[in-house]
Formats: sequence, structure tokens, C-alpha cells
Amino acid sequence: MADTRQIRARKGPVTYLLRAFVIAYLAVLVIWPLFEVAKQTFAPADVGDEGGVGAFWERLSDPSVTYAFNLTVTVAFWAVVINTLFGVGISLLLVRYQFPGRRILSVLVDLPMSVSPVVVGLALVLAYSTGKGWFGEALASVGFYVIGTTPGLIMATAFVSLPLVIREIVPVLEEIGADAEMAAHSLGANGWQTFRRITLPSIKWAVVYGVVLSMARSLGEFGAVKIVSPGAEFRGETATLLIQNRYTNYEEPTAYAAAFVLVLASVLALVVVSLIRKEDHS
Amino acid sequence: MSIEVRGVGKRYGDFIALDDINVSLPTGQLTALLGPSGGGKSTLLRIIAGLESTDGGSVEIEGVDATKLPPQKRNVGFVFQHYAVFKHMTVAKNVAFGLEIRKRPKAEVKTKVAELLELVHLSQFAHRLPSQLSGGQRQRLALARALAVEPSVLLLDEPFGALDAKVRKELRDWLRRLHDEVHVTTVFVTHDQEEALEVADEIVVINEGRIEQIGSPDQLYDEPANDFVMGFLGAVTQLGPLRLRPHDIEVAVSPGVPGSSPGVVLRALRVGFEVRLTVEIEGQAEPVLVVLSRTHARALDLELGSQVWLSPATGATTVPAFGVPRPEAVVS
Repeated sequence: MADTRQIRARKGPVTYLLRAFVIAYLAVLVIWPLFEVAKQTFAPADVGDEGGVGAFWERLSDPSVTYAFNLTVTVAFWAVVINTLFGVGISLLLVRYQFPGRRILSVLVDLPMSVSPVVVGLALVLAYSTGKGWFGEALASVGFYVIGTTPGLIMATAFVSLPLVIREIVPVLEEIGADAEMAAHSLGANGWQTFRRITLPSIKWAVVYGVVLSMARSLGEFGAVKIVSPGAEFRGETATLLIQNRYTNYEEPTAYAAAFVLVLASVLALVVVSLIRKEDHS
Repeated sequence: MSIEVRGVGKRYGDFIALDDINVSLPTGQLTALLGPSGGGKSTLLRIIAGLESTDGGSVEIEGVDATKLPPQKRNVGFVFQHYAVFKHMTVAKNVAFGLEIRKRPKAEVKTKVAELLELVHLSQFAHRLPSQLSGGQRQRLALARALAVEPSVLLLDEPFGALDAKVRKELRDWLRRLHDEVHVTTVFVTHDQEEALEVADEIVVINEGRIEQIGSPDQLYDEPANDFVMGFLGAVTQLGPLRLRPHDIEVAVSPGVPGSSPGVVLRALRVGFEVRLTVEIEGQAEPVLVVLSRTHARALDLELGSQVWLSPATGATTVPAFGVPRPEAVVS
């Protein structure tokens, strides 16, 4: 073992070459484009205009932009709440119970990861729109409209980010095994007591990790939301939709400013995740 | 009777884990469920605990029909092979768990936990996390935790299986002494016949989902009901028409004893204080295994190729041999 470690630690020309390649690759693909976004965010809009933080702030405080971010945060919040509750439930079901169709359910749970979000949006429209949807008419008759409203946005976002929480919890549940839970049962704890006092503390970090990841994913969701939302100013325009709309309408500075905020949120999420990982391993 | 099992069976698809088991375990005793891996003994224990459902029959604990009761209503203590301690709780919290679930007053919980930690010699570790304990200490913790709720029966599933040989032996003695102190009806599963013979008041031998024999360690050893029980409780070899223990064979260097079989020493293996001989005798395909003490072997001046005469010792436990002896019985 000691030998292989030494070979890895050796600094030959190949190591430097690989390192340079990775850095160049990341720079071309990620760092440089994102830097451009940041640069544009703080750039003056027109010749003679003022740039910097003041301009950035001004673009963000536009009521339509505030509305978009409010909507995004609301949608992401509810999507994460729903996904956390269902995610923990489905994970327990998948790992702790044997039932016919368990494997199929396990595959279905992964589906939102592989299906394009646009398809998700289309599917939701087909199922819930009032015109031709399967449930749309029935729901509309009791005054509940899914397509074109905030619940619809939440649904689309929850659909897309569903696997993130589950995929974090399932391996942890499998690893800790059911012995401790059975021990708790034999000591007199009922299902809820066992879950709260034994299972939840063991999967705590996995849940937090999953929540942060799906929060990041939900804030940035575009495709599914694009189909479901009316997508007009003050009417279902989320932050990502706002960026696209403004960009195509030659209001690029606002688009860049909003994009920059989304990038910041993602970076924040990544920092939180890496801190959790450290905590988890200690 | 503390535990009454009647007509219990369990199938997993085509595999029959348990087949119509009937057994009653008396109050206050230490009973071992002994048998090879996959023989169904753990399944039976888990059915008694309610961690596994039975396909038919009934389980009665302290006169109460527990067949349909969930584990938390059966008042049993269960100890797992891999401890199943609550990793995120301190040693004291682990022990207190069952009492807190039962909403006992705080002061009572505290005294009880202190008492139990004293009993399992873990008092000085009360505020540690289980990860800071050794395997043996974790298993003692698991025992204290199970005892805390004052169960009517204590069930242990291969409690020492994950420990190394020395700790295993210590804990075995300790369990025996503990049982003499607390007298709770205890059932433990093991595949180690030495463990069962040493610790248990009564042994239930289970193989292929069926009970082979129930009896005290002496009964089982001296009067095995069948070939399997005899083979499982210790090494067995065949001498002429008889199956008997290798240490129950007398070795002579001259044809003195009437009916003794002449043979030649093929191999001699010394393990510590004993010498294991492989002797080829005339008219028998399978060689005979003989175990004798180092001193005895030296006194007889035995070496490879020595001519010996073998005969069953007086008072030896024997069963008649049917056809070819089962190889696993000879090896064990």
C-alpha cells in the first residue's frame, strides 16, 4: 500500500501536464464563461452610464425582477419541502420493505433524472391542462388550476428534483441496516418513535445534503417550468424565465444580474455541501 | 413454561426454513438453539421475538398468546449478533432508551441505568459513544439495554459470533454468571457446540428446519438421538460397525484386547496437548481417527507406520454406523 501512495505523490512531468490540462479544461468550460457573466453584471449598461454594484442593485430592484425571484424562492421552497417529505418516505419504503413492484418503483424514481425537463413539462400539461388533460377538468371544476399557476410550477420543479433527496438517503439507509430499528422495536418503541429517535438521527446528514442539492436544482429549473408557466412578467415568470425573456428582449444587463444571483446561490449551496461532507466524515 | 412454541413453520418461496416446530422452554433457564448455519435457529428466535412472522402455529410467552403481537408489545429483550447499538447515543442513553419510551420517571431511569451499567461493568463508560467501545463492551451494552426493560424473556442471536475467540470465551463465562444472578429466561442461538455445552441448561438442536433433539448438554453428548446430533456435538469416527468419538478409542501396541481391530498409523498430527492419529484398518475403506493425549502417545511410542490395535473404550458413546459415514461428521 505504501508503494502505490508514493507513486501517486511523485511529481513527474505527467502530473504537471495533467494538472495543466484539467485547469485549462475547467477554465474554458466553466471559469471563463462565468467570469464573463460576472463582468457583464457589473458593467455599465450604455456608454456614459454608471457601472458597479449600484447598477447591479438597481437592475435587481426592478419590481418584475423582485417578483421573479420571490416566485422562484417560493416554488423552490415548496418543491424542496414536498421532496423531503416524500423522499424520506419513499426511501424508507424502498429500503425497508419488500413488496411486488419495488424494483420498478426504484427505477421510476430515477426517471426524472434522465428525462428531459421539457418532456416533464409537456407531460404535466397533458395530464392537468383544462382543455385536454385527464385530471384537469375534474380539478378545475373544484376551482383548482394546475397549469399556468404557482402549484403547477411547484409540481414541475418537485418532479424534476425528486430523485436528489432519495438518492442521498437510500445508500445511507442500506448501510446502517435495520438492526438498530428492530432493537428499538423490541425495546417497546412504536414506528414513529423509532423513526424520530433512531432512523432520523442516522440519516440526518444525508437528508440535509439532499435538501441542499434539490434546493440548488429547484432554483435553476428552466425546461419544465418554461412549458407549464405562462411566463409573462408578473405572471409566472421565475428567475430563469426572466433571464431568458430579458436576454431575448435586448435587456441583457438585467439578464446578467439575475444570472449572477443564481450563480451565487449555487456556489453557496456547494460550499454548504462541502461543509456537510466534512462534518459527516469527522 | 415461559415460552410455548406450537406448530410454527416458515417458508421463503420453495425453501423451508422451519417445519412444524414444537418446543416449550421453561422459566428461568438458559436454553441454547444449536445447529448449523441456515438450519432455521435464528428464524425461530426472530419469530419468538416478533421480528419475523410465522406461517402457522402459535407462540405463547408467559401464558399470553403472542402470535399476532408486534415486537414492542411482547416484552422481550433482543440482542443482535452485530450489537445494533444506537450509534448516536451515549452508553447511558442507549440503556435508558427502553425506559424513556415507557415514560418512567427520570430518577428511576437514572438509578436503573446506573445499576445495569454496574452489572455489565460499563459504569466508567456511561458518557462515551458506542464507537469508543470494543466489540465485547458493545455486546455487553446491548445486553444491558435489553435487560433494562425487565423483559420476560431475553433472546440472543449469535451474541458472540462477531467477537474474537478470547473475548468470546470471556463473555461466555460472564453470560453464565449473569444468568445465575438475574435468572431471566434466556434463549440464545449459536452454531458453536462448545459454547452451547458450556453455557446452556438445555440445548435444542435444530437442523434443516426441524428439531433433532432436546436435552441437557450431558444427555445430548452421552445419548445423541441420531447420527446428526452426535456428529454436530463433536468429532465422530467409525470403527468397524460403530460410530464413536475419536477420544473414546483405546490404542494398544499388542493384540491383547479381544475384538480389537489391527491397523497401521497413516498420519499423526500434534495439536498442543493432543495427538490426532489417522489409522488405516483392515476391511474398512475410511481410515479411523483417534485422539489421545500427548503423554499417552509418547508412552506408547507411536510413530508413522506403527502397528496398533484399536478397540472402543469402556463406557464410550456409540451409535451403529449405517453405510458410509457422513464426511462432515468425521471432519468436525
